[in-house]
Amino acid sequence: MWLSTEASTIMGGLFVSVQTAGTPPKASKKKPRPAGTLYRGHEGMWSWVFHRITGVAIFFFLLVHVLDTALVRVSPEAYDAVIGTYQTPIMGIGEVGLVAAIVFHAFNGLRIILVDFWSKGTRYQKLMFWIVIALWVLTMLAFVPRHLTNVFSH
Amino acid sequence: MTTTEIAAPRSPRTRGNGTNWEKWGWLYMRVSGVVLVVLIFGHLFVNLWQGTGVSAINFAFVAGKWADPFWQWWDVIMLWLALIHGGNGMRTIVNDYARGRTTRGILKIAILAAVAILIILGTLVVFTFDPCIGNPSSDALIQLCAAH
Repeated sequence: MWLSTEASTIMGGLFVSVQTAGTPPKASKKKPRPAGTLYRGHEGMWSWVFHRITGVAIFFFLLVHVLDTALVRVSPEAYDAVIGTYQTPIMGIGEVGLVAAIVFHAFNGLRIILVDFWSKGTRYQKLMFWIVIALWVLTMLAFVPRHLTNVFSH
Repeated sequence: MTTTEIAAPRSPRTRGNGTNWEKWGWLYMRVSGVVLVVLIFGHLFVNLWQGTGVSAINFAFVAGKWADPFWQWWDVIMLWLALIHGGNGMRTIVNDYARGRTTRGILKIAILAAVAILIILGTLVVFTFDPCIGNPSSDALIQLCAAH
């Protein structure tokens, strides 16, 4: 099957419980997980949750962003007035959130593609989630100070 | 007496011989996603990172970019790919969470309408852009528009 989805991969984790086939649950020092699944509460689930939330947020920003950019067709004054609001401190902080969402969605999207198409993708999906988080942190460490300097000093 | 036909568990799903749109939608999300990473990171680099970032954006900045067909096409391709990618993602979410048939239908028509209207609007804006409308706000624009 060349066509696998992340959903099917991780849903496998949901339905194929570690505790199936009557094996007694191993004594573990870890806190008990709900239903003892491979998926719920783990990297795969959070990857999916954040991908949805950031995707929806980006979609609604995109709707607004096409409309505000369309004002260049109305008049320079109209465009400059609206883009001026993007340069205020409050919107500047909002842009940090926007870039945070886009960068996570981008890196995690590449992770999903690797899970789907790379033969070892499912084996390394947890590691790749933490790589996504690490790259996201690095990107934000580079972007946030520079962006906030631009917002608060111009 | 009426009997309800329920397929046996694990029986293969029967599908018509038509195009498997869900498969192509699935593939589109991945292909457009890779391209969008490049286009949007480039967009953010030029508009939010270079120079003084967001504080440098104004009408003249946009006029400067769209004087070059390279950036016109960059933005138009980004517009189409991103809106269809986002619209398809929203469709997936509606399918997952909206319960009633009617609710799902209305929400999906709303998504389709928003995507179609913004693609048409955005494409027209990029390709019919006139840097000389209104009062030129920068020296570069005054020079450019004096030549017209």
